[in-house]
Formats: sequence, C-alpha cells, structure tokens
Amino acid sequence: MTTTGTAVPPMLRQWRRPQFISNPLARWAFYAGVALYLVIGIGSLEVNWERAIQGLERGWAFVLGFLQPNFSSRWGDILIGFQESLTMTVTSTALGIALSIPVAVGSARNLVPTWVYLICRSFVALSRTLNEIIVAIFLVAMFGFGPFAGFLTLTFATVGFMAKLMAEDIEEIEASQLEALRATGAGYLQVLDFAVLSQVMPRLVGLSLYRLDINFRESAVIGIVGAGGIGATLNTAMDRYEFDSAAAIILVIITIVMVAEYSSGWLRKRIQ
Amino acid sequence: MLELRHLEKRYPTGDLALNGVSLRVGAGELLGLIGPSGAGKSTLIRCVNRLVQPSGGQINLDGQDLSMLGSAGLRHARRQIGMIFQEYALIERLTVMENLLSGRLGYTGFWASWFRRFEGDDIAQAYSLLERVGLGGMENKRADALSGGQRQRVGIARALMQSPKLLLVDEPTASLDPKTSRQIMRLILELCHERGLAAIVNIHDVVLATEFLPRIVGLRAGIVVYDGPAVNIDKTVLTNIYGDEDWTAITQSMQATARADSDNSEQANRVSTLADAL
Repeated sequence: MTTTGTAVPPMLRQWRRPQFISNPLARWAFYAGVALYLVIGIGSLEVNWERAIQGLERGWAFVLGFLQPNFSSRWGDILIGFQESLTMTVTSTALGIALSIPVAVGSARNLVPTWVYLICRSFVALSRTLNEIIVAIFLVAMFGFGPFAGFLTLTFATVGFMAKLMAEDIEEIEASQLEALRATGAGYLQVLDFAVLSQVMPRLVGLSLYRLDINFRESAVIGIVGAGGIGATLNTAMDRYEFDSAAAIILVIITIVMVAEYSSGWLRKRIQ
Repeated sequence: MLELRHLEKRYPTGDLALNGVSLRVGAGELLGLIGPSGAGKSTLIRCVNRLVQPSGGQINLDGQDLSMLGSAGLRHARRQIGMIFQEYALIERLTVMENLLSGRLGYTGFWASWFRRFEGDDIAQAYSLLERVGLGGMENKRADALSGGQRQRVGIARALMQSPKLLLVDEPTASLDPKTSRQIMRLILELCHERGLAAIVNIHDVVLATEFLPRIVGLRAGIVVYDGPAVNIDKTVLTNIYGDEDWTAITQSMQATARADSDNSEQANRVSTLADAL
C-alpha cells in the first residue's frame, strides 16, 4: 500500500446498486407503512357471507342462462338495440374524428399560438376528465332517453380521445420539416397538408379504427343509463331477471367487439 | 442583393443570439458562415427568411425590407429564398417527387396542391432537376427509402424548385460522411454557379468551408468578427473566432488544399502570401 500524492480511491471489490430511498431509516419506515396499510385495509373489509351465498345462487342462474342463451324471445329488441348502437357508433365516430382534427392541430404546441393551444387543451382535458357515463347521464337529462344522447356523448368523448393522441403525434414532427415547408413560401394549410397530415395519416387511421371499436363497447355501457342502443336492451333484460336473454345480448356484444377488434387490427397492420 | 443591417435577435429566454449583424451579399456571391456552436449561425440564416423573427434591424432583399412584411408578403418573398437543411428536413412518408414539388407550394394554390395537380412546367422542372442531382428515375421512391447523400440531393433539388435567387444552407454536410460531404458541397456550388445564385452556407468544418467558399464570415457570440476572403484565414483569425487552440493541423490542411488548387488556377500569388503569413 502506498499513500503518496493524490487520493486514488482504494480498489473496491464490492458494489451495491443505490437504493431508491437512500436513507435506511426512511426506507424501512416506508416498507412498514405499506405493510400496516395492507393489514388495516384488509381488516376493514366487511364480508357478509350470507349475502355472498345468495349472490352465488343468482350468479349460478346467470351462468345457466349463458349455457342456454335465449336469442328468440327478445330477438326483435336485440335487433333494434343493435341497430341503434351501430348507428350511434358509426355516426359519432365519423363526426368525432372530423371535429377532432382541428382540435388536434390546435392542441399541438408547434403549430399554433399559445392562446389557441390553451383553449384546445382545456377542451381536451374536459372531455378526457368526464367519464362517458357521466356525460351520458347529463346528456340524457338534457335531450331525453334514446340514442341521440348516446350519439352526442360518444362524439364528445371521441373528440377528446383523438385530439389528445393526435396532438402528441403532431408535436413529435421535426421542427426542421415544418421550417422547410414554411421556407418554400407555402401557406398554413399547405404546410398542414404536406408536413403534418402526410406524417400522421397512419396514426389517424389506426386510432380511428381503434376508437370505432371503443365506441361500440361504450355504446353498450351508456345504454344502461338511458342513452339507447343495445345497452338499453341489456338493461331491460337484466331488470326483468331474464338472464337467458341477457346472456344472448352479451354474447352478441362479445361477438361484435371481437369481430371489430380483429378486423381493425388487421386493417391497421395493412396501413402502416 | 441581400443586405442585413444591424440585425438583432434576443430570444424570449433573454439570450442575445445576434448582436447587430451587418452583412452584404452580392448577386451570385458564395459566402461561408463559420463560428462555434451557439454563435448564432443558425439564427442568422433563419432570420433572413424570418423563420426566426429578428428583434431588431433590417433585412433588405433587392430593395425590399423583409422585416416589415405581413404574412402574405412574407410568403411571397420566401419563394425567392431556397433553404437546405442539416438533417435534410424531407417529408419522409412522401415520395421524392412530392418532396420536390413541395418547393413549388408558394406558387401553387391550396386545392391544386391538395390533389397534387401541379403545373406541367413544375413537373418538367422536377424531372430535369432530379436528373441533374443524379437521382433520375427515383421520383416514386419514398424519401425514407433513400440514403443520407441521396436525401440531401432531394433537399437541394427541392430548394432549387423554388427558382430562388438566394440559397440559405444550414450545415449541409454535418450528417454525412467525408466523401459524400465533399460531393454535396461541390454539387451545391456547381448549381449556384450554373444558376447565378447567391448562397449563405452555414458550416462548421473550417477546412471544407475555406476550400469551397471564396468568402468567409466568422461569427462569435452574435457578432461578426471576421469578414474576408477564405485565403486570409489563419491562426489569428481562427483564434479570434473560436478562441485559443492549437490550429496547426487545420491551417496546414488548408494550405495543402489551397496549394493543390493553385496548380490549376491563377490563385498562386494569393496562396504564397497565405503561406508567408503562416
């Protein structure tokens, strides 16, 4: 061992990854806190076993319903509900996408002045904060029961969803590409067409297809609060304890969602 | 042709990128802009076509003050100023032809450009430019299928599609290998000579700059600290622009290229004075 000159650290033969909380006291206090929370949390659960057993019986009835789904007795209602849902889905997706494009441009920091950005971002935030069911309840109260309220709800949600994700994509466009087109003397819309639209097109199509199948699923959910469609049919069947019809409706929904998901996935892959 | 008077740019962050830059560029004059990173080279050329809004001073292009123009007038003026970028700035998902034609957007109406119905003359010009930059037959390839050198050729062709009088060239070779860099520089300068274009070339490779560009402007902290012929660049000038460093290797290679040039040009006497100075 030499002790000359500058402090060369001794050869270390051990190394530990730094802990995520470096103070050991704080770290163990944190672990203990998590454990305590779990114990108290589980301890505070009140399980009513009698009720659970009753529930099991009903659940079993439901399972039996699934084993013998009854498509025939409410077939007319299912068909109407399905038509309504599909109409709601397609129209709200189309209008939502059309409206989301200007909002997306307005929500992209690299394309618009700050005040436009703030307005569009606030709208997107509002649309994303309010859950579809809450919006649906509100719109059903305003416009009455039926698919029109559902259509408005889904349009509103689609604009928020598409605009937020598209804006993120637009903001990733390289500044130099926008500069290059501005430098040619191109107008604002021409810059949007060449530099922006051409680059976000695959994502626009992909997200639209994705949103189409989200909207179909949501149309089933918001029907339960009165916004029409197959959800309303399902709600009626459940209220009447017609589990076999309910099962039939759920099976229809599952089938359609699966078909929509599979075909949109296939289309998206083709477009990339 | 282009005259910058006391151009000043202060960014909202408070950084003073340009501190009273005055510069004259004659028609057909080729000018290299050198300086350390952050000296304001990029800001300067972006102020010329107002991609960056100068906070003071005048930009005079053929008697028109660009700093005073409104948005329509500015778009009109920008058509005369082509721009070439370091990372090419092509639209990757569009075809080579669309990238070229985007140079004509300033002359084309929105709906015509939306449906990609450009004038026959524009299309003919695009084909001949493609041929000229060595990319004949590539019009239907997507820009992201090209190599770096090929992309920069498309970038050059796009700028020329504007039929500009002035080219602003921002680090054209920084993303390219040494051989391609030289080819690209040669191509840009040949095209400028052919068409009598003036160019401001922002470039950080001093050797490349002095070899290809007859006039050099050195920028340091937003101030012009050198403006003169490339052959007069020596240790003192480089130290003035970049700060203290051992410049021997660079000045020697500059001398070497200058000597090689002088074999077939009449620059011999100027070079000997350069050699004496060193």
